[in-house]
Amino acid sequence: MNHLEPIHFVAAEDSAQVDNILEVRDLNVAFRTAQGHVHAVRDVSFSLRRGETLALVGETSSGKSVTCLGLLGLTPPAPYCTISGSARLAARNGKTYELVGTPERVMRQVRGGVASVIFQEPMTSLNPVHTVGAQICESLRIHLGMKGRAATDRAAELLNQVGISDPKRRLTNYPHELSGGMRQRVMIAMAIACEPSLLIADEPTTALDVTIQAQILELLQKLQSDNRMAMIYITHNLGTVAEIADRVMVMYAGRIVEKADVVELFTRPQHPYSRGLIHSVPRLHSGRVRKTPLFAIPGNVPDPAAHPPGCTFGPRCGHFEPGRCDAAVPDLESARPGHLVRCVRWPEIEGAA
Amino acid sequence: MSATQTVSLAVPRRSLAQRYPALRRFLRHKPALLGLCVVVFMTLFSFAGPWVIPFNATDTDIRARLMEPFAGAHVLGTDPLGRDVLARLMYAGRISLSVGFAATALSVLIGVLVGLVAGFYRGAVGAVLMRFVDAMLCFPSIFLLLAIAALIEPSVTSIVVLIAMASWMEVARVVEGQIRSLRERDFALAAESLGAGDIRIMFRELLPNAVAPIVVAATLNIAHAILSESYISFLGYGIHPPTPSWGNMLENAQSYLTNAPWLAIVPGVAITLTVTSFNFIGDGLRDALDAKLDR
Repeated sequence: MNHLEPIHFVAAEDSAQVDNILEVRDLNVAFRTAQGHVHAVRDVSFSLRRGETLALVGETSSGKSVTCLGLLGLTPPAPYCTISGSARLAARNGKTYELVGTPERVMRQVRGGVASVIFQEPMTSLNPVHTVGAQICESLRIHLGMKGRAATDRAAELLNQVGISDPKRRLTNYPHELSGGMRQRVMIAMAIACEPSLLIADEPTTALDVTIQAQILELLQKLQSDNRMAMIYITHNLGTVAEIADRVMVMYAGRIVEKADVVELFTRPQHPYSRGLIHSVPRLHSGRVRKTPLFAIPGNVPDPAAHPPGCTFGPRCGHFEPGRCDAAVPDLESARPGHLVRCVRWPEIEGAA
Repeated sequence: MSATQTVSLAVPRRSLAQRYPALRRFLRHKPALLGLCVVVFMTLFSFAGPWVIPFNATDTDIRARLMEPFAGAHVLGTDPLGRDVLARLMYAGRISLSVGFAATALSVLIGVLVGLVAGFYRGAVGAVLMRFVDAMLCFPSIFLLLAIAALIEPSVTSIVVLIAMASWMEVARVVEGQIRSLRERDFALAAESLGAGDIRIMFRELLPNAVAPIVVAATLNIAHAILSESYISFLGYGIHPPTPSWGNMLENAQSYLTNAPWLAIVPGVAITLTVTSFNFIGDGLRDALDAKLDR
């Protein structure tokens, strides 16, 4: 019975842990496939404070989304997918939940109640057969037991909060009657309905056009500061990272390759991969001569079932040194306080292009 | 401001068919519309008709045996016991239609449950359930029905159960296929990420999205069930006289085929009309509920 109950934090007042909403230690996610085990996420550790935004950046298939799905146990069930490590999430009421290896019953309370997700595709993430109001109320009923008028009023209030005008009438709309931006706002309303302490935004603006992107980002920032939520922002759009994040974590082939404050990362990126990412952002007003071809990192993300030996970025890296880079997987080293980098050659290449 | 006003004013003016494109498509499907009319007529005829006519389905009149249709008080003639064929047709319609609807309801219930579980959990559970469905489909249902009907006491309830047992597989297959694809959709994951449990996702999120093909399968199933009831009763294993059903009316007519053909023609026409109508409705619904066919 004991392991079913949430773990209570003893002496929640002491130390810096107070503000840590989420503590992830050595998270590993592996999928069982016909070709054997595929490690989608390896040894990911990070923590997140109340009101802080952590951006998870990386190419497609670098493990960003799987990290977050794994945290909430939304990956396929046990034999097909194994998760190990530890992730402790603090709810607003002071309870702490361990997210790895927790029974479904408890995880259901966590999902939507303590931590919720906004997905990439607002077009398909809403159920087409229910009204927007019914879908928001659903979440309120599951977690807060709200019904009838109270739930409807709260739902309207939430729509108002996410900037939808005439919320009472919008509640009776079906998803197909709303625009993409509106649907994403509805998704956000559903996600924040139960005032979670952690919000995971999985590329929330990818499917939207640029002006709506800016509005949604602004909205997320506002909601976050209003509700003092912690947020994990998954993206491959570095422009939005600079706008919204406090800290950035760059992932490559399932591992964290660099972790730093946002300003630090953009001004002094250490890992060749992060440098490549930042370098490949198109710039309109750069000092460089015009008509230089847009920079791109050569090659593709390695097949997750067959990683190259040593540093997984080695084969695509301009600073690859045989014998050192392919010997062993580099450790995360501290380049500066709060700035971690996983590269054996970081001190040598710091000044280089 | 003015834009919102125009919109809100325009809403009540639109007709039902304009608001529901599926309804519009259905209304444009002439055979289906005709079928619907026939089914409504047959239902009213069977359930309200007996109050209108002055005869009872079981009252015999020895002086009026084997009367020809359209020749006296008995509009559709009488049978060898002098019972009014019109009255019997109405009472038989009650039984046959009820059996059709009830058997379909039961088979949809079983089919939906099996299909839902198989499609949602897939893996071993799904494989076992669906292979069982395949096995049931391989079995010729008429022999299954007759074999079981020979063993158990025939009654309306048992016939309903029997027919449902032999016809739920089609629904199960349809539902399984739908749920398999629906559960991969983003909104299923979104619902899970908001803390919804399996049951809630299955019944609230996925099932309503699969209603259209279920309705089509169920409509076609009604036709099939009415037909099944008819031939079981015709072969003498179904509804037993004196309770009339369209099937056993046909059975009774067999020996008088040459001198009183109306005894076979009347229930035969009723069965044909009803079954064809349900098939037309099913086709119409299939076209109407498939938005891709909208022209």
